[in-house]
Amino acid sequence: MSKREITLKDSGPRSNPSVDLARSEESTELLRELVAHLRQNRTQLREEWVVRISETRLLTAMTKEEIFAEATSVYDSYVEALETEAFEALQAYARNLSERIIPRGVETHEVVGIVLLLRDVLARSLFAKYQTDFKKLNRILDAYEPAANRIANTVAVGFVQERERVIRQQQEAIRELSTPVLQVRERLLILPIIGVIDPQRARQLTEQLLRGIRTNRAKVVVIDITGVAAMDLTVANNLVQTVEASRLLGATVIVTGLSPEIAQTLVTIGVDLGKMNTVGDLQGGIEQAERLLGYKVEKLAEPR
Amino acid sequence: MEVPILKQGAFLIATFQAALSDADLNQLRLGLVQQVVKYRSQAVIVDVTAMDVMDSFASRTLREIAHMIRLRGAETVIVGIQPEVAFAMVQLGLTLEGVATALDLEEGLAYLLQKFKNID
Repeated sequence: MSKREITLKDSGPRSNPSVDLARSEESTELLRELVAHLRQNRTQLREEWVVRISETRLLTAMTKEEIFAEATSVYDSYVEALETEAFEALQAYARNLSERIIPRGVETHEVVGIVLLLRDVLARSLFAKYQTDFKKLNRILDAYEPAANRIANTVAVGFVQERERVIRQQQEAIRELSTPVLQVRERLLILPIIGVIDPQRARQLTEQLLRGIRTNRAKVVVIDITGVAAMDLTVANNLVQTVEASRLLGATVIVTGLSPEIAQTLVTIGVDLGKMNTVGDLQGGIEQAERLLGYKVEKLAEPR
Repeated sequence: MEVPILKQGAFLIATFQAALSDADLNQLRLGLVQQVVKYRSQAVIVDVTAMDVMDSFASRTLREIAHMIRLRGAETVIVGIQPEVAFAMVQLGLTLEGVATALDLEEGLAYLLQKFKNID
């Protein structure tokens, strides 16, 4: 223990650079020895690690063969990262691995768990190898531990980042899906709204609709809110503002499918009914929109 | 920077450039109201496509232009309001009520030609 305290002091900010250099050379030397040891005992250590993984019931979502295959690649990348002290390859592998196992429901604690297990398995093998020479063991551990911890850190961070990326991507997808702006005829858009609208979604709806009006050169828009059970005052106000903003872009808005509750809310906020065009259901709304655009829909024959 | 006013048949067209000072806006208002009678125009199109932001003075002036021109016996169409600008204006309560609007210059012209086709 005393030995370690001394080395800690040695690496302090005032230490002599040439001593530092000598130390880092020594630690490189030790790491090389360590790597050679790990390479030599690859089969046995990897086996032991896999056994420990299944003992602790980690990665239950994967089969034994899969665990073994992944363990082999992780072991090799791990040893390589120890040898070269370059973490990019390991980081890339961790990201790639995360990408494959996240959809299968592997949790963060499992990934962190297996990397820590590997660290412990390797540390144990070092203890076994150098148990006769404590000084050497100490120095080997001094070289091994920081590198091993950095590796564990890299893998865990890589996994969490990948997870966050997936979550962000899904959020984005849900947001896009939740507000489709559809063209049903030339210059006629419909915007079916389903589910709960919070102020953020309302704002996004407005933005998407206004952009849609511009890109599709729409003259009439039917906003169908049959699927919206109720809305609070803020969102109702936002709806009215959307109608007005659409008019500024030269488009007429028809709102269809107002539930009694929403009608009540709109009356409560005192909406100017002259500005708001409402029709009972979506079909009626589309028919009125067609009239506004000068379409006449005719039935040619009885359906067969 | 002064806003040019173009005569196009029975209509006048004024196109806003990027940033306009309050003085420019007042100048434009005066110019339009004078020329609409001078040329016996039926309508005025104000194109604001270039305006990325519209402050309250600008939108108030737009509304004033529209109302003054109506009093001078012609109609106004505001065209090219950007989506973000439209929403910002509505949130400020500047809805240009009673003023015709259209998506762009083409739409505005189509609207006016449709409206005045029986008169000529």
